[in-house]
Amino acid sequence: MTVRLVLDVQRTFAGGSSIHVRLDEPLVPGEVLVLFGPSGAGKSTVLRAVAGLDRPDGGAIRFDGETWFDAAAGVHVPPQRRRVGFLFQDLALFPHLSVEGNVGFGLGHLVREDRRDRVGETARMLRVEELLGRRTGTLSGGERQRVALARALAPRPRLLLLDEPLSALDAPLRESLRGELGALLRRLGIPSIVVTHDRTEALALGSRIAVLAGGAVRQVGRVEEVFGAPVDLEVARVVGTENVIPVRVVSREEGLVIVEAGPARLVSVDPGGLPGEAFACIRAEEVVLEGAPAGATSARNHLRGKVIRLVNEGPLVRVTLDCGFPLVALVTRSGARDLGLAPGREVSALVKAPAVRLVPRG
Amino acid sequence: MDLQALRLSFTLAALTTVVLLVVGLPLASWLATSRWRWKPVIEAVVALPLVLPPTVLGFYLLVAMGPRSPVGQAWIATFGRPLAFSFEGLLVASILYSLPFAVQPFAASLSSVDRRLVEASHTLGVSRLGTFFRVTLPLALPGIVAGAVLTFAHALGEFGVVLMVGGNIAGETRTLSIAIFDSVEQLDYATAGRTALFLLTVSFLVLVVTYALRRRPVAG
Repeated sequence: MTVRLVLDVQRTFAGGSSIHVRLDEPLVPGEVLVLFGPSGAGKSTVLRAVAGLDRPDGGAIRFDGETWFDAAAGVHVPPQRRRVGFLFQDLALFPHLSVEGNVGFGLGHLVREDRRDRVGETARMLRVEELLGRRTGTLSGGERQRVALARALAPRPRLLLLDEPLSALDAPLRESLRGELGALLRRLGIPSIVVTHDRTEALALGSRIAVLAGGAVRQVGRVEEVFGAPVDLEVARVVGTENVIPVRVVSREEGLVIVEAGPARLVSVDPGGLPGEAFACIRAEEVVLEGAPAGATSARNHLRGKVIRLVNEGPLVRVTLDCGFPLVALVTRSGARDLGLAPGREVSALVKAPAVRLVPRG
Repeated sequence: MDLQALRLSFTLAALTTVVLLVVGLPLASWLATSRWRWKPVIEAVVALPLVLPPTVLGFYLLVAMGPRSPVGQAWIATFGRPLAFSFEGLLVASILYSLPFAVQPFAASLSSVDRRLVEASHTLGVSRLGTFFRVTLPLALPGIVAGAVLTFAHALGEFGVVLMVGGNIAGETRTLSIAIFDSVEQLDYATAGRTALFLLTVSFLVLVVTYALRRRPVAG
């Protein structure tokens, strides 16, 4: 059952900067909407406004037909009555309570047996059953996160909000938890909103993405669309100069993976633990263009393509090719001149296997 | 040592502490969270007894409680006896004089509780009052106990305000510190010394307990 979230959040900060974020998005159970942008873009402000923790200066927030906030009508539903789960960046576990006390904290409305059942059920789902008797100070980073998620999910929220959910973890743990969190969010059957400034996180978790920059929404769409085809230079700068291509794993050999990208095949280094579906990420800077056909080279990926568009970016030219899927290359002006690049020209795009980064598809 | 004065001092200090726990905690909670623009004025009023000579506070209280003031008259009309120079009057004075000793440590420990924890509780559906009792209060407890102990010790030894408002009526307003003053005036240095040593010991122990509580890390 899809619910609709209509946002119009206006807020002016003490320093004089202000944000005005408008968004009208269907939220699908099991799908994740990513609010993506650099720090200071207003992502966390929006998330806190949706949770009811902060009251915006103007605008309105409606969820599933309910008005949660309306500045003009003077409506502000307190967080207690919104039934949202909130995962704080630093997790905010209660240090004076056991894991069980934390998970059952929001279940005061249930009678004792029901509460115990619900705690057990939620703990099983998040694999924190053996931790229930422990104090939160003795948990590892990954355990703390699962406990915080269990606490947020136990009261069965209608919407789950996650503020930079992986940023508090150290790098190796973040890698392994990213996929786990993505799988969990898809399994939950409630819609989620994730705030992040990390591209990999957005790809691994998000179904749809809203890019925020300068206090406003610049682009909304499916993750691979927005990453692959930013609407303007500012969005391109925020999401990075990256090609994001949906691919399917075909075979693996000698630590390499062969994936299918439309009609073409790409060779990449096997990151391990990859499911059948993934995104291949290639930075536009890493794509080398040659006049077709290319000679012998060490680059494993040779893609035949036709130039669609050329856009000047200072000393560089952003070249969009059609290789069966759109591929963006960033080359110097002189390089483009030497190759005689123009729309319609056939070229070869060369990409080294290690420059193709595979991310499990969210 | 004057046992009657000892009992009176302990009763006064205990009641002062209880009243300040009941009245001071909500006030401290408000001070810890409010963003009202006139808050500094309230903070200053709470802190006044720290800097004001006890005689000044005592003088105003005496005038306010006197039989000619509206408060004094209302008290006489209700209870049939004057508020000034009574134990009740003494209690009122002691509460006001000890206010900062309770409210300031309460407010400091309440505001040291991480706001995220309070917000987490709110998103989990727990009301503001429920959150206060289930999150804020348990986490601020060491500071609150320290504040209460300090208040007790301070009220136990109070002299100036007591002398101004309470006078020196045995069994009604003669506290330990007044008893010491009495003994010295009668040149009974032995009794004064015993009482003084007693108060010194109690005050010292209280401070040791207070600092020990402050050092204790929050369990987690």
